[in-house]
Amino acid sequence: MEKVIQTRGLYKTFPRKGGSAQTATHYCPGCEHGVLHKLIGEALADLGLQDRTVVISPVGCSVFAYYYFDTGNIQVAHGRAAAVGTGISRTKNDAVVISYQGDGDLASIGLNETLQAANRGEKIAVFFVNNTVYGMTGGQMAPTTLVGEKTETSPEGRDPLQAGYPLHMAELISQLKAPVYIARVSFSNMAKLRQARQAIRKALEIQRDGKGYAFVEVLMACPTNQKMNVEAAIRFVSEQMEAEYPLGVLRDRSGEAKTLVRAESDYRKETLDRLLHLDTDRAPDAKLDPSARTVSVKMAGFGGQGVLSMGVILARTACAAGKFVSWYPSYGPEQRGGTANCGVVISGQPVGSPVVAEADVLVAMNRPSLEKFAGEVKPGGLLIYNAAIGEFAAPAGVRVLAVPAQELAKQGGSPRASNTAMVGVLAALGGFGLPDAVYREAIATHFSGKESVVKQNEAVFELARQWGAKQKP
Amino acid sequence: MSEQASGFKLPYPAIDPLECKACGRCIAACPKKVIRMGQKLNARGYTFAEYLGEGCIGCLNCFYVCPEPNAIAVHVDAKEAR
Repeated sequence: MEKVIQTRGLYKTFPRKGGSAQTATHYCPGCEHGVLHKLIGEALADLGLQDRTVVISPVGCSVFAYYYFDTGNIQVAHGRAAAVGTGISRTKNDAVVISYQGDGDLASIGLNETLQAANRGEKIAVFFVNNTVYGMTGGQMAPTTLVGEKTETSPEGRDPLQAGYPLHMAELISQLKAPVYIARVSFSNMAKLRQARQAIRKALEIQRDGKGYAFVEVLMACPTNQKMNVEAAIRFVSEQMEAEYPLGVLRDRSGEAKTLVRAESDYRKETLDRLLHLDTDRAPDAKLDPSARTVSVKMAGFGGQGVLSMGVILARTACAAGKFVSWYPSYGPEQRGGTANCGVVISGQPVGSPVVAEADVLVAMNRPSLEKFAGEVKPGGLLIYNAAIGEFAAPAGVRVLAVPAQELAKQGGSPRASNTAMVGVLAALGGFGLPDAVYREAIATHFSGKESVVKQNEAVFELARQWGAKQKP
Repeated sequence: MSEQASGFKLPYPAIDPLECKACGRCIAACPKKVIRMGQKLNARGYTFAEYLGEGCIGCLNCFYVCPEPNAIAVHVDAKEAR
């Protein structure tokens, strides 16, 4: 009986590749990506994992790994495999997640995420291809380039005084507590290739059993960018790379590691309300009403004028009245004196974007804000501004009203409550269709715990609302 | 696999001339030195490795070092295969 030993776990043909040679890889002759692809594919097939597996292709020569692996596939932005892998692993608990990354992708742009994911012990098998050089972009120096190694960007050899020393990823990751398995392997002779095969299998068995993070660094030849023939490139791996990066298993806790079970995420409303101490009576579920007009409000001023609070009070009111609502602040780093604005969107449907690029209503508390945002009011929209700003050339087609906010606040007994005065005017003129009583409840909630402040703000609100009702902007 | 493969005694490597990129890794990895680089070009413009026709011991070295997924399959006796 004849048995044929052949590639498994990879597609038979690669139609995603396009072009005429759809049975060949896009890799250069002698490149070892194909060797690693075959070993991963074989292990996945042997372990029966293909249907559970998502392979994440990086940016680099292996950007097209999804042409080849007969598994689920996704290709991600440069260095982001650890972050995307985390997302996949946490949403699909049973997924076998493989991140396949080169030295530029993993050890340079993706270093932070790589370490964070390893430190969290994410259930990911990471295959880290270290060939000491950037391949796809044409042979530039990598973090892993050897001291003295010539590349396009280190033409006289890597000088550690200029460019530091080769980065030892496996050793770096082995400083962390969470990873289950860490190994460094190469294909520079058959014995080492067979050890690599075992390490790859082990990393995937750990994923099969959901035990956690496995990191396999694979030293590889890149004949093209090392400008060597295949034989010399492999000798470079065995004689120089392996001297800098010793092969071996740095950690194997696969025996004692248990299947990692994380608590289910619970995003139910009642759970969130409890965790955030939300009073459900004051934040009832919004009522769907597609016929209701969506109103976008922009409020702007300098920090300390209560611009963000003004928005919160309006948003609380709309929320308590059963509207869908968003409140979206934007402010500088200054606690006082910087500029601040917020957008409030009130709708009868879920709010798609909280960003207010064009406002139905603008409330401007100082001149820079007024001048900055006046042009963003929709035709027929309402622009109300702090009368203390003085003369202002209003844009055409917009209803404009100067509000003596400071005077109204003073009369109401709280000189600092100009913002509440503006809320009162909005209640009268904003066209939001929200009951006055709900505004008063929102003010009481906003200032709760400070009874005198609540009373003052209620007085300012009422005074301003009555004043506003008499105006014709 | 290719026509060339048929007729060999087990075990033997079936090398698809079209898929070979002439990197020579199989030749270097063969302990019995029964693979050589041919002289002809395939349709994609590469020379390609050829099995000499006898002497294969089915060690699979050529299969595992070959980077092209579709270039080498090794036919072995099922009884002796691991």
